[in-house]
Amino acid sequence: MEEALNFQVIIDNLTYFMIGRYPNGPLGGLGLTMYLAVVSCVLSFFGGLILGLLSLSRHAWIRHPVNLFINAVRGIPLLMVIFWMYFLLPALMGKTVPEATTVIMGLTIFTSAYMSQIVRAGIQGIPKGQTEAAISTGLKPWQAMLYIILPQGLRNMIPSFVNQFVSLIKDTSLAFIVGVSELTHVGTQINNRTMAYPTEIFIFIAAVYFVLCFAFTSFSRWLEGRLAWRKSI
Amino acid sequence: MLKYSFDWSIVTSGKYFEWLVSGLKVTLELSAVGIVCAFILGLIIAVLRMSHFRPVRWIATAYLEFFRNTPLLVQIFFWYFGSYKVLPAVVNDWLNSTNFEFAAAAIALTIYTSAFIAEDIRSGILSIPKEQMEAARSAGFSYLRSMQYIILPQAVRITVPPLVNQFLNLAKNSSLAMSIGVMELTYQARQVESYTFKGFEAFTAATVVYLALSVVITALMDLYNKKVLNPHRA
Repeated sequence: MEEALNFQVIIDNLTYFMIGRYPNGPLGGLGLTMYLAVVSCVLSFFGGLILGLLSLSRHAWIRHPVNLFINAVRGIPLLMVIFWMYFLLPALMGKTVPEATTVIMGLTIFTSAYMSQIVRAGIQGIPKGQTEAAISTGLKPWQAMLYIILPQGLRNMIPSFVNQFVSLIKDTSLAFIVGVSELTHVGTQINNRTMAYPTEIFIFIAAVYFVLCFAFTSFSRWLEGRLAWRKSI
Repeated sequence: MLKYSFDWSIVTSGKYFEWLVSGLKVTLELSAVGIVCAFILGLIIAVLRMSHFRPVRWIATAYLEFFRNTPLLVQIFFWYFGSYKVLPAVVNDWLNSTNFEFAAAAIALTIYTSAFIAEDIRSGILSIPKEQMEAARSAGFSYLRSMQYIILPQAVRITVPPLVNQFLNLAKNSSLAMSIGVMELTYQARQVESYTFKGFEAFTAATVVYLALSVVITALMDLYNKKVLNPHRA
């Protein structure tokens, strides 16, 4: 049945959508979504950097297992990774782990695998002659990587990192499944409580994610254009 | 630290094995429906996005940006819980007469993936230098014939790998359908876990199945890259 939409429910619950019960309770809603995305992004930046460098190692016994791990993670759904964390972490640590930590770990492992591919491509995009020149000036291979290749490569990787951050923001919605009260979870909660406005609530939530993600997508495009321009002169 | 006795028999035979198999069947069905529909829709959007008529191009771009920048899970919830208020009564009646969970998941997966596919198709076509079109036109081919004989055959070749990648993403993303109760592979793995407390075995089984899908398709793609894209490279 076609019905008129009534967005009053959004206005009534706006603070709850944005920050959950904070400051009288734990952070939730959009605030928690951003928290999960930013923390996971920082962790997976380093995770991706390490995995990416290891996957380019000269030693096959390092390179092959790392690549196997990366491809295995990329081959399964994120939801699967989160479920693995959900019951592996408590078993490994011998105590219960907060849901938010579970989700951050899942997102980090998953995104690190994808970030490693960006790092890899960024490093491979730097001409080989640079490494050779660096080594012939007396730098050790790891120094050449750290001081010559990586700084140039990282600059080219920035737009892809921003895109990966956008994926992360979207992926935090999966935290809903293990009961973390981020934006999507708050939406379903309010939907369960009010019953009559599912359309309004999910359109609103989609719009919030869209504004956030689109801003970063546009930023990444702008960066890409700028980098291309700087390279051309 | 870790006291756990493995019992792999529960996922290799019997009732729980059948649950997992039926889950795999639903995953494959959902993926197949999604892939076919998303490809067709993506193709249409890609064409609209290259239209010379500005409003059409604008609408296609808005579609693309909106659905790419919104989480799939939220889209699934929208179609499952919220779409009844904005869809015409006829469509609602039809959807309710089908397996609605499956339909909502299929619609969400189709629309979400079509936005990515449209961009892959478009960049495939744009990667063909426009001089080729000009040359074809000056050789006397009409626009459509130039597309048919000169541009598309080349564009399709280079669009296949990113497209297959999107298909694989769709298959993996279909796991989100469990959130609205579609009994696909991840859902069944979780069911087995909650009935038997053998989470490790259940999730290993599901993981292996997803991995097998990825490995097979990736291997086929490597072969395609070697045989079709770079046939002359040693």
